[in-house]
Amino acid sequence: MALSRASHRGVGSALAKPFSAAFTLSRPISSDAPLTVETSVPFTAHNCEAPPRAVATSSSELLTFFRDMALMRRMEISADSLYKAKLIRGFCHLYDGQEAVAIGMEAGITKRDCIITAYRDHCTFLGRGGTLLEVFAELMGRREGCSRGKGGSMHFYKKESGFFGGHGIVGAQVPLGCGLAFAQKYSKDETVTFALYGDGAANQGQLFEALNIAALWDLPAILVCENNHYGMGTAEWRAAKSPAYYKRGDYVPGLKVDGMDVLAVKQACKFAKEHALKNGPLILEMDTYRYHGHSMSDPGSTYRTRDEISGVRQERDPIERVRKLLLSHDIASEKELKDIEKEVRKEVDEAIAKAKESPMPDASELFTNVYAKGYGTESFGADRKEVRVTLP
Amino acid sequence: MNAKSLRPFLRPMATLFQAATAFSASNKFHFPSLSACNGQMCVLRSDARINQFLNMGPHKSLTQRLLTNAVATKEDTSASSKTGHELLLFEALREGLEEEMERDPRVCVIGEDVGHYGGSYKVTKGLAPKFGDLRVLDTPIAENAFTGMGIGAAMTGLRPIVEGMNMGFLLLAFNQISNNCGMLHYTSGGQFKIPIVVRGPGGVGRQLGAEHSQRLESYFQSIPGIQMVACSTPYNAKGLMKAAIRSENPVILFEHVLLYNLKEKIPDEEYVLSLEEAEMVRPGEHVTILTYSRMRYHVMQAAKTLVNKGYDPEVIDIRSLKPFDLYTIGNSVKKTHRVLIVEECMRTGGIGASLTAAITENFNDYLDAPIMCLSSQDVPTPYAGTLEEWTVVQPAQIVTAVEKLCQ
Repeated sequence: MALSRASHRGVGSALAKPFSAAFTLSRPISSDAPLTVETSVPFTAHNCEAPPRAVATSSSELLTFFRDMALMRRMEISADSLYKAKLIRGFCHLYDGQEAVAIGMEAGITKRDCIITAYRDHCTFLGRGGTLLEVFAELMGRREGCSRGKGGSMHFYKKESGFFGGHGIVGAQVPLGCGLAFAQKYSKDETVTFALYGDGAANQGQLFEALNIAALWDLPAILVCENNHYGMGTAEWRAAKSPAYYKRGDYVPGLKVDGMDVLAVKQACKFAKEHALKNGPLILEMDTYRYHGHSMSDPGSTYRTRDEISGVRQERDPIERVRKLLLSHDIASEKELKDIEKEVRKEVDEAIAKAKESPMPDASELFTNVYAKGYGTESFGADRKEVRVTLP
Repeated sequence: MNAKSLRPFLRPMATLFQAATAFSASNKFHFPSLSACNGQMCVLRSDARINQFLNMGPHKSLTQRLLTNAVATKEDTSASSKTGHELLLFEALREGLEEEMERDPRVCVIGEDVGHYGGSYKVTKGLAPKFGDLRVLDTPIAENAFTGMGIGAAMTGLRPIVEGMNMGFLLLAFNQISNNCGMLHYTSGGQFKIPIVVRGPGGVGRQLGAEHSQRLESYFQSIPGIQMVACSTPYNAKGLMKAAIRSENPVILFEHVLLYNLKEKIPDEEYVLSLEEAEMVRPGEHVTILTYSRMRYHVMQAAKTLVNKGYDPEVIDIRSLKPFDLYTIGNSVKKTHRVLIVEECMRTGGIGASLTAAITENFNDYLDAPIMCLSSQDVPTPYAGTLEEWTVVQPAQIVTAVEKLCQ
C-alpha cells in the first residue's frame, strides 16, 4: 500500500539532501553495533544551546524504530479502513506521518516520565506500552479497550506507563501536564513530563498561563508542539502571527526539531529531559506532517494540495528514512524489511480480528466509575444504597 | 421522627446524653459496640451505624475515633461546654485544612494569594509559613491553568485543594472542572482518580456587584462525576472540609462570603462529616423547609416568627447539593407532606429546580401540596443595597410562603 509505494519511489530518487556526508560506509556489522548518525538538519535553538547533531544509536535500535513505526503506520491505516466500514464511529484522528515523534520520544525517556497529549493519541499510547488489542477494542467501543470502551478514540490512558491521555478539548491537556510536572517535583521523582499539543492549540491562552506558572515554579515540564502545519483546515500562517512556536515561550528556552527524523527527536527529548530537570521548562517544536486529514471526517485535501502531501511522503517520510539507514548500513536487507512489514501487517490484522470478537460493554457499565468509592466518606445514591438502575 | 440523627456523641464508651429540647423522652436506642473498630478508622454515622474502613491511608497506626453529629444547634452548649472551643467559620475551615495537611503530606493548597497573603478570607492564614511554599502555592491569576494543574497533579496521587478567590472566577476554569475533573475517572475506565477539592466563597454578599455575587452551584450541578457540598456553620465547615479532602472523588465545596465570621463552639476531637448527608436543623411536623448555606439563617429567623404563629416547621440544611440526600429529605416529606425549598441561587435551572424534580419523582404520593420553591430573582445582582436585598429571599417571604403552603 502506501509503504510499498513509498519504498518504490524512495530508491533511486533524488533524496540525497536529508542525508549528510558524515555517513559511515557500508561494512559488516554485528547485530548490536553502535552507530552514530547525524540528524537531517541541525537543531534551531532559542535561548539555549542546541544539542549536537550526531546521535548515538545502534543497529538494533534502528531496527526497533523501523518495526515500531511500521506497526504504528499499519495500525493507523487499518483504523482508516475500520472507520470507513463503520466499525469505528465518531471522531478518529490519525497519526500517520508523525510516528517519528512518538517513537523518538520513547527512545529518549523512561516509562516513569509522563506523557500527556491531545486527541491524536493512538500511536503515543502504543509507544507507551499499549497493545494493539487495547487500541482496536477501544476504538470499536468494546469491553477490552484500554478505557473499557467508555472513552473512545480521544481518551486512551495507561496509568502504569505514565500515559495520561487522550484529551478532546484543544489545549486543556497542557495545564494538566504542568500539574503532572508539579507532582513530579513535589515527590522529588527526578522525572519529567512531556505535554504535547498541536500548532492549533499553541494559540490557546491556557498554554501561556501554564507556561508562566511552570517557569515561575521551576517545574520539569516540557511542552512539545507537534507542528503539522494545519489546525484542522487552517494553515499555521493563517492562525498564528508568529508561527515560530519554539520561540513563543519568550523567556522559556525552545528548540526546533525535524519531527520526521526519529533520531533527531530522540536527541531532542534526551536533551530536553536533562534541561528540564536542571533549569525548568522547555518548549520543543517538532516539525512534522500528517498525511491524513485532521480526522476521518476531513478529506485533508481542501486546504492543501495532493502534491504537497505526496511530496512530503516522498522526501521526509520517517519510515523511509530509517529504511534507508538500515539498508545503507547493511543492517538489514530489503527482503528482511519487507518481511517485517508483512509480519506487522499480520499482527495488526490479528489484533483487529480479536477486537471484533470482544463484546460490547455490559449495560451496568454505564454507571461504573462515575465516582470512586472512597474511604472516609462513602459515595451513595439517593437512597443510601448503591445505585442500581435498570435500563429499559 | 428520626431522632437517631439528632443524637450527639462524645467519645465512645463515655456517657451518652440527649440533646436538650428537641426530643421526647421515649426516644432511646442503643449503640453498637465501638470496640469493634479496633484501631481502624470508623465513621460514626448519624443514625448510629458504624462503618469501618480497613485502609487507613498513610497513617495506619493512628487510632482515630471520629464523631459525627448531624445537628449544629445551640442546644449543645450545656453538653460541650467542658470540651470544645469557639471559633469563626473561616478558622474552622483552616483548622480542618491544617489537620488534613498534617495528616497527609500529599495535601496541598493552590490558589491566588493563599500563601504569603494568607488568603483573601484568611482561610489559609499561617499555613504557608508552616508547610512551605511547595504545599501552599501562590499562583498567578490564571484559573484555567492552575485548576488544570491541580487536576493533573491529582491524577498522579497528590490531593490538591484549589481555591477560587471568588467562586465566580472559577467560570474561567469551567472546562477543566467539567471535562477533566468530572470525567477523567469515567473516560479512563477507572484508571485515574481525581481527589481534588475545589472551594471558594460565592453567594450574594454586601453590595459586591453582579460579577462577584455569583452562585455557581446551579452551573456545576449537571457535571457528572463531581460532588458538591455547601457548608453553613463552623461545625459543618470543618467536617465537610475534612471529608472533601479525604474523598477520592472531586468535590466542590461552596462557602458563602457572608458566613465567614459566624462563631460557634466545635468539638476538640477530630470529626469528619459525611459528604452525602443532610443536616436536621430543627425537627418539626407541619412543613419541611429545605435550604442550604446562607439561606439557612434566613429560614431559622423565619422559623422563630412561624413558631410564634403556631407553625412547627422542620428545617433541613441539605448540605449535599450533589447528590441530594433524598433519604433524609424523603423521611421528612413522608412526615410533613409539605415542602418549601429556600435557596439563594436563581430560579431557572437552580438547585431548587433539580430538588423539586427529584422530590416529585420519588415522593409524589406523599405530597399534600405542590412543592414551593423560593429562589433568588433571575437577575444579575444589582449594586444598590435595597435592590440587592430584594434579589434574595428574605425571612418575611418565607413566612408568607409557609402560611400559604399550610392553609
